[in-house]
Amino acid sequence: MVVGALCGVAALLALAPIAIGLARSSHGTIIVYGVSLVITITLGVIAALNLFGYSAGATTVVLPLGLPWLGAHFRIDALSAFFLVVVDLGSAAASLFALGYGRHEDAPWRVLPFYPAYIAGMNLVVLANDAFTFLVSWEFMSLTSWALVIAHHREQENMRAGYVYLLMASFGTLALLLAFGLLAGSEGNYAFDAMRAAHPSTALAALVLILVVIGAGSKAGVVPLHAWLPLAHPAAPSHVSALMSGVMTKVAVYGFVRIVFDLLGAPDWWWSMVVLAVGGVTAIMGVLYALMQHDLKRLLAYHTVENIGIIYIGLGLALAFKAHGMALAAALALTASLFHVFNHSVFKSLLFFGAGNVLSSTGERDMEHLGGLIHRMPQTAFVFLVGCVAISALPPLNGFVSEWLTFQAILLSPQLPSWGLKFLVPAVGALLALSAALAAACFVKAFGVSFLGRARTPAAANAQETDSHSLSAMFFLAALCLVAGVLPGIFLDALAPVAKTLVGETMPHQSGLSWLTIVPIAESRSSYNGLLVFIFVVLSGSIAAFAIHRLASDRLRRAPAWDCGYPDMNPATQYTASSFAQPIRRVYGTLVFRAREIGEMPPPGAVAPARLTVEMSDPVWDTGYAPIAGLIAATAERLNIMQFLTIRRYLTLVFAALVLLLLVLAIWQ
Amino acid sequence: MIRDFALQGAEMFLVLLLSPLLTGFVRKVKARLLRRQGPPLLQPYRDLIRLMRKDVVLAESASWLFRVIPYIVFAGTWVAASLVPTFGSGLLFSWSADLIAIIALIGSARFFLALAGLDVGTSFGGIGSSREVMIASLAEPAMLMIVFTLALVAGSTQLSTMASYMISPEVGLRVSLGLAVIALIMVAIAENARIPVDNPATHLELTMVHEAMVLEYSGRHLALIDFAAELKLLLYVSLIGCLFMPWGISGAAASPQALVVGVATYVLKLTAGGFLLALFETSIAKMRVFRVPEFLGAALMLGLLATLLMFVSRSL
Repeated sequence: MVVGALCGVAALLALAPIAIGLARSSHGTIIVYGVSLVITITLGVIAALNLFGYSAGATTVVLPLGLPWLGAHFRIDALSAFFLVVVDLGSAAASLFALGYGRHEDAPWRVLPFYPAYIAGMNLVVLANDAFTFLVSWEFMSLTSWALVIAHHREQENMRAGYVYLLMASFGTLALLLAFGLLAGSEGNYAFDAMRAAHPSTALAALVLILVVIGAGSKAGVVPLHAWLPLAHPAAPSHVSALMSGVMTKVAVYGFVRIVFDLLGAPDWWWSMVVLAVGGVTAIMGVLYALMQHDLKRLLAYHTVENIGIIYIGLGLALAFKAHGMALAAALALTASLFHVFNHSVFKSLLFFGAGNVLSSTGERDMEHLGGLIHRMPQTAFVFLVGCVAISALPPLNGFVSEWLTFQAILLSPQLPSWGLKFLVPAVGALLALSAALAAACFVKAFGVSFLGRARTPAAANAQETDSHSLSAMFFLAALCLVAGVLPGIFLDALAPVAKTLVGETMPHQSGLSWLTIVPIAESRSSYNGLLVFIFVVLSGSIAAFAIHRLASDRLRRAPAWDCGYPDMNPATQYTASSFAQPIRRVYGTLVFRAREIGEMPPPGAVAPARLTVEMSDPVWDTGYAPIAGLIAATAERLNIMQFLTIRRYLTLVFAALVLLLLVLAIWQ
Repeated sequence: MIRDFALQGAEMFLVLLLSPLLTGFVRKVKARLLRRQGPPLLQPYRDLIRLMRKDVVLAESASWLFRVIPYIVFAGTWVAASLVPTFGSGLLFSWSADLIAIIALIGSARFFLALAGLDVGTSFGGIGSSREVMIASLAEPAMLMIVFTLALVAGSTQLSTMASYMISPEVGLRVSLGLAVIALIMVAIAENARIPVDNPATHLELTMVHEAMVLEYSGRHLALIDFAAELKLLLYVSLIGCLFMPWGISGAAASPQALVVGVATYVLKLTAGGFLLALFETSIAKMRVFRVPEFLGAALMLGLLATLLMFVSRSL
């Protein structure tokens, strides 16, 4: 199995140089994305077979690559099979979407060669079974995605995004490198199997945990390491944005789960405090940032931050339960979290595709310049709406199921004995509830301002519905949102082997239950049946429609909008994204972003226009990044004179350094 | 099996039948408290029928979504309302959604209604939607905190199990339940757009939230949205009834007498709830819209405090 997966990855890697040659030909786009589609589907099927038929255990292979004394180890177990499904499902959907969307690309030679290489990199991270291969693949994934971020390099903003991304990615890799170094120990056992067998001491394990939270977290986008994410994800072409947000952040989650749940051995209870706190803060900050945006793609990128927070909350709960030996509850929390990984990859890809369609047909990402697209692009609007409902965690779609399971896990946590957790978990639960409600508000804004209302610019008024390839990718993902929402039992059962390998227990078997209900613990405790809820809603809505149309009235006439008698035909009088978010900004933004509204009203009789300006500051950037950047710049300024020394002085410096090092060595001995 | 189906169906139609009456009753009591005659009790039914028979006047800029939303909102609210135990617990489909799912279903209805406010592209619709989501962003987490408290007390998020636990002698007096009931009443007031959060009786006033959002609706669409609002009021009164006044609720396999008792006590609970609501509404002034977050923030904090108490000690 693992050989098959590696062959697929090799094919993707081979496609990359071929794409350089093909990129300037007229069929290049179709060939590259078409072949990527076929390969990723194959890889996805291999992974799915592995996951559903997981009983034989892990399959491994060692290739004579990389470090000569180590080789390159690859392995598929339940965890990597699940993440391979996520990676390749997202990549396949992105490839299908790009078959249509890629034709709008101005400079395909900047995108096509890196695209298959990027997918190959993500697959390799998940397949890797030693630290060296893992880190090389991780860096490969980072670098290829960086190349895709700066594909449209003529926009100044994108170059800055690429720069920040590169810095943060190197920082994250550095943290992971140190973590693996600590895990490998003084003998340098870089194979994961050796790490699994070794039991690091408590202090060492704690250090590794912190490093992994930083290293994997900076790639996944946990607050405060998220700063690059809302810059880089929107800068890439939309199908790559979908991959970065929907898939690459999940690869980072994979790295976290692999190290913390698998390699690091039995957890300490306070680890979960760290993860839970990080998750809670990330969830709420992500959604609050998102609410303040009016760039559609950046809004979606900030929502990725929020969803990563939700995933980390689930992982933190799983750690807490695992540390206290409550394996069944740990299985529930872990399954909820991983199901959210899957769900988020589906609906976030869908939403980024929708934003891509809007971008390609109007040339706008700014919601303030959109509006009324539902009339011009009804199909895109419909599937985008499905994505919005799913990400807002509303029944009967899939986002709700994973959040519901997370809530069920929270409700089990009063049995945890540690006092720290007794106080932290309810607070995190409240943050989770708050972020879920704010997410719904944010997507009312995103969909309502971009797709509903009246067109605010000619570009929006003349938008055209997009091609069938892009739409089929989106309809496929939308259908998946519904299926995972109404039949979650199948997906939860597929996750059982993952839970089994990581926490030693699984959730109760779901698919056999009557009416396809899901029952996480016991029927008297809680159950949810998405299928029945969906059928009930559809039935009662249809009955109401039928009865009213038959028995009462079905007549309809069109007239100008009523608007309390004062309709204004100017589309600028509609609510914009900023005005929609104003009440929420007042409630939360004054505290978090120090938002201030400054109204300038000219005196009576003056002809100057009145102005309303909103000032906001980014707390993470101002308190975290700006001081560090300032410190580095100031140090560099000080050290700048070192560039202009005479040869004599340089020699003196070299000599002094040598003496110093020898002294250190002497004292050390 | 047939009996189970019949009972479940009866509940669905009972909530449909009673909800306009509850609204009519609240209006009547409010009018009497103000020494007015007030509209007849059955006026909401007449309004609904009159609206359903009228033509729909649709704004020119309205999309297909605008026409579908009333049905979604109505269906979602109706399903949610019929999943709350009214006269009996443990009905056929009561396990298909627990309390969290019911709250989320109401959330779905609100999500679509807020979209409808933005669809026509008028400033009134926008103001209504943006305020509605601001209120919901606090009311929903507050509600979830209340659910957490109740679920930890009863050891379940299933409403039927909760109701039967609440009627058992194990409950006793608990601080957390006291906090939860206060928070629940606050949330219910906000969710149903009642005074002091919103005023269902105004139309042209800048403080309005719900009414501004549905301003462009007419005819059968408006009827459905009004009906959904009435169902939602009934839902919250039934919810408070089944959780904090669970007396008289019949079990799954109850005798006909028990069912009659169940229906009778349910009607009594609705009457009491409606009367208290009217009394409260007449005795308080509406607050400014930016005072609402403080009101709901208090509910959220009460809910959180109640949950924390449950985490700290199972007996509080």
